[in-house]
Amino acid sequence: MEEENNLLDAKKQNILENSKKSILANKISVKKNDKFYALLFLGPSLLLLILFIFYPMLKTIYLSLFLTNGNGQNTVFVGLENYVSLLTSSTYLASLGSTFVYVIGVSVLTIFLGLLLASTASKNVRGSVFFRTIFSSTMGVSISVSAIFWLFIFNPSIGILNQVAAFFHLPILNWSTDPNLAMISVIISTVWMNLGFAFLVLFSAFESLPLSLYEETAIEGVGPVYRFMHVTIPLISPTLFFVSIITLIESFKSFGLIDLMTAGGPNNATNMLVYQIYQNAFLNGNYSQASAESVILTIIIAILTFIQFKYLEKKVSY
Amino acid sequence: MENLNQWTGSKKTWHYLLLIILSLLILGPFIIGLWTSLLPTADISSGKLFIDNISLDNYWAALTQTPIIRYLFNSLFISILTMICQVFFCSLAAYAFVFIDFKYRNFYFYLVLSTMMLPFEAEVIPNFQTIKSLGLLNSYLGMVIPFMTSAFGIFMLRQSFMQMPYELKEAADVEGLSHWQFYLKGALPYSKLSIYTLAAYSFLSAWNQYLWPLLTTFSDDYRPVQVGLRELQSQETFNNWGMIQASAAIIVIPTLIVLYFGQHYFKSGLNEGAVK
Repeated sequence: MEEENNLLDAKKQNILENSKKSILANKISVKKNDKFYALLFLGPSLLLLILFIFYPMLKTIYLSLFLTNGNGQNTVFVGLENYVSLLTSSTYLASLGSTFVYVIGVSVLTIFLGLLLASTASKNVRGSVFFRTIFSSTMGVSISVSAIFWLFIFNPSIGILNQVAAFFHLPILNWSTDPNLAMISVIISTVWMNLGFAFLVLFSAFESLPLSLYEETAIEGVGPVYRFMHVTIPLISPTLFFVSIITLIESFKSFGLIDLMTAGGPNNATNMLVYQIYQNAFLNGNYSQASAESVILTIIIAILTFIQFKYLEKKVSY
Repeated sequence: MENLNQWTGSKKTWHYLLLIILSLLILGPFIIGLWTSLLPTADISSGKLFIDNISLDNYWAALTQTPIIRYLFNSLFISILTMICQVFFCSLAAYAFVFIDFKYRNFYFYLVLSTMMLPFEAEVIPNFQTIKSLGLLNSYLGMVIPFMTSAFGIFMLRQSFMQMPYELKEAADVEGLSHWQFYLKGALPYSKLSIYTLAAYSFLSAWNQYLWPLLTTFSDDYRPVQVGLRELQSQETFNNWGMIQASAAIIVIPTLIVLYFGQHYFKSGLNEGAVK
């Protein structure tokens, strides 16, 4: 009996040993191929990123240090002169200024309205699914569609806003020639387009809040406004931060709506950073100045993205 | 008790009122756009926005007199191609970062991640020259090639692959599966949700491309809808508001459908990035 048991044990041992060996063998054979697979799997992405992101970045920096002639060729190395002339040019500073106005306007309104939509839709009443679908619907609207819808609304002569204003004998506003109104119209259409995304993200944050928390604070007799400011907001602050920074970054890069709605006008009032790059490079052929502007834009975006990474790092383990 | 019921009752009414007002604000531009797309341009211009002459004529005009169908096809083709490439290349790269041991793995990962700091908008001049020297101006490939992979996609799928139980990989090693086999049979099926999210995300962002197709397309054969609408707007049709609105409506409907069915994936994908 005992012998048999020993025999069994020995057999077990043998099998175990063998399987260990085969695992090891497999691991070695896998390891041998790892280099090949790493190249095969990572290669395409790395190549694409180098060709279309790293190389152009270096090239842009390089171009920004030269003067360009009419044919788009580099002529004279001027160092940082392009930057100096940009940062002392009133046109560029004005463009920087209007970009900041636009970015702040868009971000504040997007966050405020996104919170309003999300908190309103998060109450579980009958039909709330229907309202949620409506609130997220502008995510499906593309730049050109948004521009056309709003161009008609703001159109000075036949637009719906001025028709309504005329009906109530209110002053007619000239949305396309007044610089401030043009800026407001671009901000409004951007915010509208952003809201679907902002709502969707903020709403899922609201949804993941623990219900018990609400019950506890309800018992303590805390008012809804106080609760919103001191309980809800701190709890969803990671999401709030995420939406804010994404909105900031995206609005710094805005181009399409401006091109379609105002083409930078009137009087350069909506001529923002990316539109300036486009104008200088592709309409005026001034590559060196456009490159310097591109580098400045990159610095702004890089700082914002870096802040986002730093913040995420606390939440995510890389 | 009755008082309490009354109170919650009126509170509910206010709540619905707020929901309806907000819905109208969000839907307003849609409603105005769709409504005017049904009216003759002459009526729109003279401010007659009532039901008198309602018809689908503008839609018929947009479909027959403009290349809008071609624009839509171009956009669809470009977006689907971008989507397939991004899912494929991003998942491969993400797999390498999670399951393959190689030298300087972390360095390469941070290198990829750092591209998120570099906006494409600031790199259009050299990229235009690259595409031009490759002979890809005014072509589908020229519009897709710079967006075939993305740091965002790689990052998202890497997060998802990292959540796979390690035993799965070990079992695959025991069975002698190659990386390619485990990628197909293990990693991809396991991360289905993230794959769908990236698919939906990359489709929509390709659909919404504006600056790049504006720079690289010169003919209606390749022009996607976003730039196509600009073209319609700048032609003499600019004053034909009814037709322009109808074109916008034709364009917005497919994306709304995609959004409606993709909503769930967007939400979970956004959460991956936002909440965690």
